[in-house]
Amino acid sequence: MSGGTEIPVRVTKVTPVAHRIKRFRFERLDGRPMPYFSGGAHVIVSMNDNGHLRRNAYSLMSPPYDCSAYEISVLHVDDSRGGSSFMHEKVREGDEMRVSHPVNLFQPDWRGRKHLLIAGGIGITPFIAMMEQFSREGAQFELHYAIRSRDRGAYCEDLVAHYGRHRVKIYCDAEDNRIPVARLLDSQPLGTHLYVCGPAGLIDGVLKSGLESGWPEQNLHSERFLSSQPGKPFSIELTRSGKTVHVGHHESMLEAIESAGVDAPFLCRGGACGQCETRVALCDGKLLHNDVYLTDEEKASGRKVMLCVSRFEGKALHLDL
Amino acid sequence: MAIAFKQETFRDDFSYRNSAENIRRFPFPFDRDEYMYAVNMEPHVKGQKGTAFENLIDIDEHYVAEMRDRALVLKEDPLRYQALPHMMAAQWDTLELLMEEQAVGFPEHFTLARNGDQWRWINRPLGIDDTFTFGDRSTLPCEPLEYITRQAQGDFCIVDQRDGNLWMDAGMVTTQADWSLDFDIGMNFMEWHGPVPLAHQMGVFDRALKFLLNLQQGKPTRRFNWTMTINPRLDTSPENYHKWGPDRATVTTGNVGDKVHLRVEVQSLWRLPRSNAILFVIRCYLMNMNELVTVPKWARRFPRVLRTLPPELIDYKGLTRYRQTTIDWLSKFDDGEPTSPGTFPD
Repeated sequence: MSGGTEIPVRVTKVTPVAHRIKRFRFERLDGRPMPYFSGGAHVIVSMNDNGHLRRNAYSLMSPPYDCSAYEISVLHVDDSRGGSSFMHEKVREGDEMRVSHPVNLFQPDWRGRKHLLIAGGIGITPFIAMMEQFSREGAQFELHYAIRSRDRGAYCEDLVAHYGRHRVKIYCDAEDNRIPVARLLDSQPLGTHLYVCGPAGLIDGVLKSGLESGWPEQNLHSERFLSSQPGKPFSIELTRSGKTVHVGHHESMLEAIESAGVDAPFLCRGGACGQCETRVALCDGKLLHNDVYLTDEEKASGRKVMLCVSRFEGKALHLDL
Repeated sequence: MAIAFKQETFRDDFSYRNSAENIRRFPFPFDRDEYMYAVNMEPHVKGQKGTAFENLIDIDEHYVAEMRDRALVLKEDPLRYQALPHMMAAQWDTLELLMEEQAVGFPEHFTLARNGDQWRWINRPLGIDDTFTFGDRSTLPCEPLEYITRQAQGDFCIVDQRDGNLWMDAGMVTTQADWSLDFDIGMNFMEWHGPVPLAHQMGVFDRALKFLLNLQQGKPTRRFNWTMTINPRLDTSPENYHKWGPDRATVTTGNVGDKVHLRVEVQSLWRLPRSNAILFVIRCYLMNMNELVTVPKWARRFPRVLRTLPPELIDYKGLTRYRQTTIDWLSKFDDGEPTSPGTFPD
């Protein structure tokens, strides 16, 4: 399989954590230890939804040095394309599933003199593993965590209790508390690296503030939860395999191609890693690039497309697959 | 089966030789009769028994002598080992990987007993039996990367991944083909490959970098590199150029068989778990021409490959002075018969 070796696991625990958030614990079927990973890593969880294969990326939140199990937290999103609904409504303790080996596209810069973590909502999950690792390795860190309301904020009390108020600060929207981003970014010691994960608005705002207050771009890190956007159905011709594939309203090109039995490359399924970059052989219409991998120039050229998140509108699209 | 480790030298009297058995497991890199330049990466998976690919980290009859040579190099020049401070997690990752692979591949020679963070490592060929706390630097006699790479064949570089590039931030390099860790430390992937001819224009490094940035845990990859070395000298470093550079002018028709060596590097690349860094293992194999021609397929193929080398590569690999002499000598063993596909002996 193109996405890497998968590990068969059993769901050994499902824990409701907050409003619409559940935690899932996976242990290996063969009883062997899980691979160690680095804070910020994610896995792709493969779901068998009545014969329909769904694959979603979730950040690992268990301690990176604990290889007895992997844990993820899943927010049941309102406009779920099926993945988070499946996890919330169908997955039960004892079920067998498959997870990929960990992939880290949000690795801490180990040179950082201090790590400043900014989370919004479910964007907290990669930081939970990162903080475990920082704290074990004696690295300096600080978490600023924005939640909409107390009942929606996952792990707030646990994190404060574990790391102390000097290292974990919670900001509750419902109580009119916001992260004072500009002030925070202005007052950091030299050599600090910043990491932000959460809704697009938060990420954009924090990165913009960082650049405006003179931070080097290399010290600003972010991870976006991109997923395939729904849109008008369309068809693609695969020139090498000679297949015509129909992409449905809620489906991504990658998913449709996989359903057609064509093994396409992938890694993050979120438009960030570049693995599913595919050459466009013919495009009579408009490519809707939703990834953050291709440069604006490459997007404009229309010669490449990322299968995992992008779409197409128009008459004909031929891909080199 | 236990390996009989040889007592031999890679300097002065150059007593290094391959046994008949070891010749057959040599990782001959050419799978056809003409030279082809390519990224040539393939999954690093276990191969046939009796080859250098039987295990993912290879130990052979030269292990003990190579480790002794490394110790001599380090004594003269401690900067052959360097690690920048942010690479400590990657150092422990590497120690774990090498101990695990050596213990699994060669249980009669190495044993690793893990009890939580308390580890016991037994290296019988080198007479080491140490107990230490994994993750605690103070429980080892030196840094973890130095400790384990004094006990593992090949050179080792750890590259950190950040800003969409790879950075040479730690390594143990004493068996190198004319490059220097001390010079390259802190450089990125494009910088340290700067001197390589032809490949940049072909976009090889852009593709290779893109590929490596997405290298996955549990899916190591490998490629071959090769050059030629006069005398079985492991340490052909720029620092010691004055010692080995002049050797290249000593090749004559009479001594090709003994002096000229094919030098092959099996380079494996591993995504490390705790640090997300990449470990580059550059495992060097040397075989002289007398040994090479004992395998008829290789005796036919190697002169044919040498004839088709582009001039830029002849220069870059430093073969200019003795390539023709070597081809002439080898041609006696090439009867013009076709060769079988693949790299292994018939």
